[in-house]
Amino acid sequence: MTDTVKDRVKAFIIENFLFGDGSYELADTASLIENDIIDSTGVLELVAFIEDNFGIAMADSDIVPQNLDSLARIAAFIEAKAAVPVSA
Amino acid sequence: MCGFSGYLGSIRDGRVLLERMTAAIAHRGPDEHGIFTTPEAGLGHVRLSIVGLGDGQQPMSDASGDLTIAFNGEIFNYVELRDELRARGRRFRTSSDTEVILHLYEEMGENCVSVLNGDFAFALWDARRRRIMLARDRMGVRPLFYTMHGGTLYFASEIKALLEVPGLSAALDPIALDQIFTIWAPIAPRTPFRDIHELEPAHVMIADQSGVTTRAYWCLQYPDRDQPPAYTDERQAAEELRALLTDATRIRMRADVPVGAYLSGGLDSSIVSALAAGMTPQGLRTFSVTFDSAEHDESAFQEEMATALGTRHGAVACRGGDIARVFPDVIRFTERPVIRTAPAPLYQLSGLVREAGLKVVLTGEGADEVFAGYDIFKEARVRRFCGRQPGSHIRPHLFRKLYPYLPGLKQQSAEYLAAFFGAGDVSLDDPLFSHRPRFKGTAATKMFFSGDLRAELEGYDAADELMSRLPGDFARWHTLHQAQYIEARFLLPGYILSSQGDRMAMAHGIEGRFPFLDHRLVEFAAGLPPEMKLKGLTEKHILREATKDLLPPAIGKRTKQPYRAPDSHAFSGAGELDYVREAMSEDAIAAGGLFNARAVSKLHEKCRSRPASGFRDNAAFVGILSTQLWLQTFTGSRLRTADAA
Repeated sequence: MTDTVKDRVKAFIIENFLFGDGSYELADTASLIENDIIDSTGVLELVAFIEDNFGIAMADSDIVPQNLDSLARIAAFIEAKAAVPVSA
Repeated sequence: MCGFSGYLGSIRDGRVLLERMTAAIAHRGPDEHGIFTTPEAGLGHVRLSIVGLGDGQQPMSDASGDLTIAFNGEIFNYVELRDELRARGRRFRTSSDTEVILHLYEEMGENCVSVLNGDFAFALWDARRRRIMLARDRMGVRPLFYTMHGGTLYFASEIKALLEVPGLSAALDPIALDQIFTIWAPIAPRTPFRDIHELEPAHVMIADQSGVTTRAYWCLQYPDRDQPPAYTDERQAAEELRALLTDATRIRMRADVPVGAYLSGGLDSSIVSALAAGMTPQGLRTFSVTFDSAEHDESAFQEEMATALGTRHGAVACRGGDIARVFPDVIRFTERPVIRTAPAPLYQLSGLVREAGLKVVLTGEGADEVFAGYDIFKEARVRRFCGRQPGSHIRPHLFRKLYPYLPGLKQQSAEYLAAFFGAGDVSLDDPLFSHRPRFKGTAATKMFFSGDLRAELEGYDAADELMSRLPGDFARWHTLHQAQYIEARFLLPGYILSSQGDRMAMAHGIEGRFPFLDHRLVEFAAGLPPEMKLKGLTEKHILREATKDLLPPAIGKRTKQPYRAPDSHAFSGAGELDYVREAMSEDAIAAGGLFNARAVSKLHEKCRSRPASGFRDNAAFVGILSTQLWLQTFTGSRLRTADAA
């Protein structure tokens, strides 16, 4: 499941923030901010993508770099959230 | 205020060439034009008659005929200088400020610029010494470009005049493009045109048969941070500021035609308008831009201020589609790619002033650089505050207070705010500390550069080049003064005074005058302690104190609202215009060779479908579109970039 989630997130990032540049070597643990892939508006686009595509409602406290600043962190966050009912 | 062109060298048909060069900049001087040629040099001039209406024709020669000048701008202290010259026995044949320069040059040579208080660029032919002197004002209000071609020096107020020189063609300098896509402007003397240069602000050039020498005659300086402050009494500083600003405004009211004012509704233009209104018994005319979108519009403040001052106020509405409609003309006048659309409404505004029959307006430009008004100064202060406690969850919330108008920041956590502003693990000793996040964020737009362009620019870093241009004593200045210097020395002349200032006003034959950029005021403000300018997170504190009796409280206490205009949304909101679709098409992008066509196509689609794009997407879209328009306008759209210099 993790690979599938990660692949979908990676495809979104390449399409939406790298504008289709598949040659960019996006390492799983690379910081999206430090590598200038995402800005403040981009974070909100990423949140909308996660909510729309994974059925997750994100609280303000979820929107932190610890959860969203790399492919690996995003995938782990989605996986953990998906394991918990949305109403919890 | 006018435009000029010229050359130093022996060329055939010099008069014909000067006619063509001056015709290319006829918008700068719709009232008169004149040509002067000798076997060794030539000067052409187009005139916007403001001072000495009947006897100020140019090029102007002195009584001996040995000195001839083509002059663009105004010498605001010409009255005092003329009185001094007369007292020394000099006779004047005209009432113009131009003649004052000729007399001063005769007495002082090229050092004459040191006594001029004004916005000027001029070329002066000295037949006795067979040389040309080029000069430009201290802050870079008036433009002057030059190139060497076939052993001849050519110069002009705008580059489009130089492109009339036979055999001289336009090619893009890729390093200038890198600079624009990093620090928003080329670093002078570089321009976007390969081998065409800009005379830097506060510089003179002497050119003769033996060669060309260029030197600075003035520089912006700040005190060592360890020095005792020149001012400790805030009331005294405010009184001196008020006196200087009043005098700076007074001498900028000198004209033989009516003087109006831009009134944005912000603090700076309101102060200038208030001072000018008090000096205009017949009633001041003020002008502003209004926007459809609430986040950009300041019309309520404009109306309040105009009512308070009793000015005759006119406004031009910048509606959806207007920016896109005028943008190709805007780039024809900026002569450089831009990453913001902000020049476009100012192009509309100067058109309104021209329709109203005025030629001269005062503006509040320069106050943000001189008195630390920009958000970036506060941002740097907060970043330093956060940098002292990198793990703090409380301190980064201050960033939200700085940018209440940026929706992308409102919903961010403290951790993200700290990360976006580089407030964590950063070097507090970085000379570019204040501007590093802006430069880094803007440089992210270079992801759209084509592979070829990236290869040409391999190893180049615009921020490094800017850092190499900082003066030797920069490290000894207070950090606020370091940030002010970067704004005033690079971004003010390279973007604000050029792309938003002179070029947009002169497109409609309008002269802008800037009381806050009077060099006496600039030097005075540079010497003030930092905390008098940025007090806590209150910008322009001392200016507010010095002028609080002039303004309604709602204006005087306003927090800085940066002047912005809709960016990518301006091109997609009301139906995309054909030229946008064409310029951003994969074919046109591929033909230009500068950008990755597939990536630009995706960006274009994203901006069309999601108008609330962030800074990077907006800057990239406007930067790419304006570069494509630049290529079409100046080189023909199918040309490729020149080799990296």
